[in-house]
Amino acid sequence: MRIRTRSIAAGLLCASLLAGCNKSNEPSSGASGGDVIKVGEFASLTGKEADFGQSSHDGTALAIDELNASGGVLGKKLQLLTEDDQSKQGESKTIARKLISRDGVVAMLGEVASGRSLEAAPVCQESKIPQISPSSTNPKVTEIGDYIFRICFTDPQQGKVLAQFALGTLKAHRMAVLTDAATPYSVGLATYFKDAFTAAGGQIVAEQKYSSGDKDFNAQLTAIKAANPEALFVPGYYTEVCLIGRQAHDLGLTVPLFGGDGWESPQLISIGGDALDGDYFSTHFSPEEKNPAVEKFVHDFQAKFGMVPDAMAALGYDSAMLLADAMKRAGSSDGPKVRDALAATKDFPGITGKITIDAERNAKKALVIIQIKGGKFQLVQKIAPE
Amino acid sequence: MIVFLQQLINGLSLGFVYALLALGYTMVYGILRFINFAHSDVFMVGAFCGYYFGRVVPQHSLGGGLLVMAMAMLVCAVLGIIIERLAYRPLRGGSNLAVLITAIGVSLFLENAGQLVFGADPKPFPALFPSRNFTTEAGLRISSNQLLVFIVTAVLLFGLQWIVMKTRMGTAMRAVSFNHQAASLVGINNDRVISFTFGLGSALAAAGGILYALNYPSIDPYMGILPGLKAFVAAVLGGIGNIPGAALGGILLGLIETFVNGSRFSTYTDAIAFGVLIVILLCRPAGLLGKFQVEKV
Repeated sequence: MRIRTRSIAAGLLCASLLAGCNKSNEPSSGASGGDVIKVGEFASLTGKEADFGQSSHDGTALAIDELNASGGVLGKKLQLLTEDDQSKQGESKTIARKLISRDGVVAMLGEVASGRSLEAAPVCQESKIPQISPSSTNPKVTEIGDYIFRICFTDPQQGKVLAQFALGTLKAHRMAVLTDAATPYSVGLATYFKDAFTAAGGQIVAEQKYSSGDKDFNAQLTAIKAANPEALFVPGYYTEVCLIGRQAHDLGLTVPLFGGDGWESPQLISIGGDALDGDYFSTHFSPEEKNPAVEKFVHDFQAKFGMVPDAMAALGYDSAMLLADAMKRAGSSDGPKVRDALAATKDFPGITGKITIDAERNAKKALVIIQIKGGKFQLVQKIAPE
Repeated sequence: MIVFLQQLINGLSLGFVYALLALGYTMVYGILRFINFAHSDVFMVGAFCGYYFGRVVPQHSLGGGLLVMAMAMLVCAVLGIIIERLAYRPLRGGSNLAVLITAIGVSLFLENAGQLVFGADPKPFPALFPSRNFTTEAGLRISSNQLLVFIVTAVLLFGLQWIVMKTRMGTAMRAVSFNHQAASLVGINNDRVISFTFGLGSALAAAGGILYALNYPSIDPYMGILPGLKAFVAAVLGGIGNIPGAALGGILLGLIETFVNGSRFSTYTDAIAFGVLIVILLCRPAGLLGKFQVEKV
């Protein structure tokens, strides 16, 4: 009996280790051998920002499937190799190395979170593998090197638009800021927002910090409430924003909350409940836009995944489409050639707007402001780039 | 002043949950002299029990909420007993290190099994109890969920103290903790006492999990790690093996964290909380209420 229970315990342990190693690795086409072009993707399929990773991955997979259905690229099928970084800091570097050296991918797509894109970028740069980040907004990402691109707006632009929104639409001149000190995205966006807001005559009356993974924000919110602001800016990810919204509501902090593109997730409604009702955030894309390309994409996405795509899905889709387009223009899937083609991208028609890559390998894009109303995300306005 | 009082309420409601969780660490340590790292994952399982049972009872009802809490405590008590029976008992009598590492293994197993069974994405925790916010004239606010934390924790704490001090099983627990060979010589069934201790500690963890989830209604399989670490620190702070000490340590840690978080130094919360731990352990190596025992050779 003693031996048996011991072996059961050992079995349980092995099972737990196996479960821990369970990685998703799903080629999206059946083709194999030398007639495929391998594209790597690293995404937060599980963990804190899983909604972002899943959405972005679904959009990317849809694009790859559509490309393959219409004959692939350069006469070859595209094969998407996806690895899960579990929303953990430190994983994406290892994953990028593995995808490049073991799987031999020719290009890399990822990630949503700036912090994790920043980790993988040096690996891609070193190996001369072009990386396209669909939705990392921190400017530092593309500063890593000339192989790193992005197809979304950057935080200086987003911070400026949000500052104007706060002063113009919300008529808030006394602002409180609650920053996630542990993510480069949040720290960057907070800084650009504060700079633009104070330059335009606003005043920051309270500034508090938390670390991603925290669940208790009562202390920070109590201090913010005491400073009596007219609005609260929370440039974080939705996981914490849901709880911040609820706790602010419970503490009687009734001023409007608003944030950036880290907010967009169904969890704002399922976990945040009505606490965030009436609050605002900015993002890249709204499925409500009246535009044939958007309507077709929303329709195809819904048919495949049974839900309405969000900004991360649209950007994931655009990132794969742009990569395929660059390969076609380069006439090759060679890293340096694809890089040059990507750098020369001009007016590429994406779902999220026209993409023109500038000298810093960034794209100037429009922003949309969304209001959370009655359990739905409603498009308030679209702000074109300057 | 009003801000100070509000932070006091915030800190206490956080500290009471830490206290509840710290009790489980301290009881197991008191009896078996090892840290049950899987405790924080039993806390997580407790919260998920609340999530699933909460679907079948009407929401916003006191009776339904208490029923869910009782069922979650029962499930986790059984889970705690099973963990002890399968993973720790076979190693009893061996080196303490082996049990400690097994505890880490069980913890990893529960977290990863949780990912498989419950899914990795955060889930919204249902509003089990009727929820209201109370505001005093001066603007001090307290939510019914925070009040619930105070009441349930106080009841469980006194209940536990009563069990340990006044019942036969409690006497047996203290005897085993004092010296288990002597305890078995006077006819105490050590295995039963240890199973009971695990059951009791795990039930408290389940209650803690539900209270935590009610106040921070986003639950995932890794939700136990951070509170578990804090509660472990709280148990050491108060004097590990000492029940009132664990409660005191939990409340103290919750207060320190909240006051630091509300100040300009919020990014140093953990550094300050753990700094306090180091200072206290330097001055009182056995913790605040722990008795320093000379190792007999």
